[in-house]
Amino acid sequence: MNAPLSTDSEWTFELLENYDTAIARSAREYGLDTYRNQIEIITSEQMLDAYASTGLPVLYPHWSHGKEFIRNAQAYRGGQQGLAYEIVINSDPCIAYLMEENTMAMQALVIAHACYGHNSFFKGNHLFRQWTTADGIVDYLQFSRRYVMACEERHGAAEVEAVLDACHALMPHAVDRYRRPAPLSLKVEAARLTEREHHRERQINDLWRTLPTRERPTESRSTSNFPSEPQENLLYFIEKNSPRLEPWQRELVRIFRKLAQYFYPQSQTKVMNEGWATFWHYTLLNRLHEDGLVTDGFMLEVLKSHTNVIFQPKFESPAYSGINPYALGFAMFSDLRRICESPEAEDRSWFPAIAGSDWKKTLDFAMRNFKDESFITQFLSPRLIRELRLFAVADQSSEKDLRVDSIHDEAGYRRVRTLLARQYCVDERVPDIQITRFNRDADRSLTLQYKQLRGRPLSEAAEEVLRHVHYLWGFPVHLEMRDLDDTVLLRQDCAA
Amino acid sequence: MVGERKIEDMNQGGDIHLPTRNIAEPSFGFGRGGDREFVLPGNREYLRGDRIARPDRANDSEGRAGKGSGESTDDFVFSLSREEFLTIFFDDLELPRMTRSQLGAAEHLKSTRAGYATEGSPANLSVTRILTHSLSRRIALKGVLKQKTAALETSLAAAVREDRPADAAAEIIAAIEVLLARVGGLPFLEEIDLRYRNRVLRPAPIARAVMFCMMDVSASMDETKKDLAKRFFTLLHLFLKRKYQQVELIFIRHTEDAEEVDEAVFFHDLKSGGTVVLPALELTEKIRRTRYAEGWNVYAAQASDGDAFGSDPARCARFLRETFLPAASYYAYIELTPEQTYHFSNLWMEYKILATESENFAMRRASRRENIYPVFRELFSREGT
Repeated sequence: MNAPLSTDSEWTFELLENYDTAIARSAREYGLDTYRNQIEIITSEQMLDAYASTGLPVLYPHWSHGKEFIRNAQAYRGGQQGLAYEIVINSDPCIAYLMEENTMAMQALVIAHACYGHNSFFKGNHLFRQWTTADGIVDYLQFSRRYVMACEERHGAAEVEAVLDACHALMPHAVDRYRRPAPLSLKVEAARLTEREHHRERQINDLWRTLPTRERPTESRSTSNFPSEPQENLLYFIEKNSPRLEPWQRELVRIFRKLAQYFYPQSQTKVMNEGWATFWHYTLLNRLHEDGLVTDGFMLEVLKSHTNVIFQPKFESPAYSGINPYALGFAMFSDLRRICESPEAEDRSWFPAIAGSDWKKTLDFAMRNFKDESFITQFLSPRLIRELRLFAVADQSSEKDLRVDSIHDEAGYRRVRTLLARQYCVDERVPDIQITRFNRDADRSLTLQYKQLRGRPLSEAAEEVLRHVHYLWGFPVHLEMRDLDDTVLLRQDCAA
Repeated sequence: MVGERKIEDMNQGGDIHLPTRNIAEPSFGFGRGGDREFVLPGNREYLRGDRIARPDRANDSEGRAGKGSGESTDDFVFSLSREEFLTIFFDDLELPRMTRSQLGAAEHLKSTRAGYATEGSPANLSVTRILTHSLSRRIALKGVLKQKTAALETSLAAAVREDRPADAAAEIIAAIEVLLARVGGLPFLEEIDLRYRNRVLRPAPIARAVMFCMMDVSASMDETKKDLAKRFFTLLHLFLKRKYQQVELIFIRHTEDAEEVDEAVFFHDLKSGGTVVLPALELTEKIRRTRYAEGWNVYAAQASDGDAFGSDPARCARFLRETFLPAASYYAYIELTPEQTYHFSNLWMEYKILATESENFAMRRASRRENIYPVFRELFSREGT
């Protein structure tokens, strides 16, 4: 039996290191593959600050971050909201921020959660591998921050703000969903930036204006539709084709797009990512406890916060605000381990391939190859549906009341699982809006098209967003809502 | 905000509520309607096919159902201190037509620059002056010594030419060397070079102003109207206290006769009676004549519901036109009316004519608490009037 690493609740840097070594050792035993870790200690004020910039302390300045800051600060001071354990940046080395005020037990919990849980997820999950470049991101963020601030100096803060506001409104539509972006590299990016700017400036050489014009045989320009295929990356199209944007504004849009792309995997793996990290801090710290490295008091404190984090209020409780990703993710990974270690008959019939297999391999496979939607479709077990008492409600516009579609019974498992998975599908959250037409030959108007999904209309904010699009585009913008048969149901214009 | 507060709290700091939509960050999202399903945790009694009445606000995206309470969108709140609050509150407001022509009493002295002095405190040392003096002193002294040297050099040359004895030449050379040493030894700075910036106190013209606050407290002024009037004067009071040190406030309330009261009585006392406006104006004029006849900017603000009868309104207007307004800088009239009325009071009609004739007369109407602040701003905005 080992002696406990510490018995006091105070932490010191030495103790942090000892704990980190111990946690790292057991993480290795479980086969977690991680980036190197960089642990930083910050104050709660700094933590609030970091919150405000979406967890990236080096993000460019924008008023919406200040708004986030005040909202969080008030909730925190008012005691309505604790600060999250930690903030962790998906970079290599993986940077984790720990709060100064935490006790030793909390620091250990955070190290296990962020530096080994999240870290291994960032390194392993295919979405992160595909969409983000861990070694270049911090440089790129700093580059973008500098660029935004330089623009503010050269063109005025109000101008920059207007562009960024418009970009923020289009953030969910600034992503290439199916194509891997080129890796971000600061040097290459900076070089390309200057080159692009110079090129554009050369294009506007005033001398050209003085050349005599020659009569050209008037060709009838092709009236074919442009773009030939609908474009779903609205900001990309605007950046490349907007008749109005100045070179520096184009650059801002471009930088924003790159960042949006970077955040894209986070939104698709919320449940998995948090579940994975929660599962591992639970497992790793329990392991330390078994080995006698931590005291019972330590463990009680850890378990208390652990329980708070995975608390799932019932749907009718006033505290309910959607399904808690920590709770669902943790429950699923724990359940997966149970299926591997002690499968029951039901599990064998539902998961013949994994029931009774090596749980470490199975969990690793699940972590690497799925996103929330597919993860739930694949691994949500009937037993867990029963435990969480999940049920599905249908909201049909043709019916007066809501109808309970299916519940946690034999007939409903599959349906509930499918519907829950669909809830995490991007299309379910972000309306499918694409650019269908850029009228190059006439009024330069831009047409957006919303393909209506199951009769669901757009929210009222669409008008506001359209104004932002118009700001970036500079010429009339139309939004058409079409049903699946391509009939135009509704048309909104923004020409002012 | 002004509307929500108690009068006493008017000058406290406070929380500013911005409706969330003003700073919303819009994005394309789904509105209500259409078909969808959502999964909820914690089922208790529902079976497949059960019907649940649609909650009133099924709009929220989280998909709350059943007994779930509606989503409450909190306003966005941030706090202002009293200082910040008042600064924003009275930003860009001022008393119109204020002149700074009067020479005030002895205590209103302004310290101004008055050349340089040979003594003073080290903080007032004027470096450029000192260097100028030092330079000229050195040039002057050096000139005298140079002249003497030149004379000696001439005599030395004569001595050499006339082939005088070596002794004499050596004597002259020694004298020249003494002189050159004195040139080299001139001090860079001397006590007499020192100069100090001098400041003296002079009486300065200041702007002195008196504000007459006239409030109608007659019976026709019901609780709401009195509340409105007091709010208006509270704002005025705060504004003047904050922006101008040299403003005197005279509080006058009137029913069928007028009396001068102090601040506490004006804002808190309950008195009621009939309405005649003219005595209040006459009292104002009397006070102005006796106490503020010379060298004061005169302002007046009147709040009333405009209920005046018989010849009173016309006489008020005439009195203002002929006696008071020529001597006043600005006269503001605020009429407190019931909501949604198209009826204009007698006093309003008479004053209306006055407003078109005189530049320094302004009038507004207010019927609700929220109106008070905008009206106040209009009356005292920097660009208006």
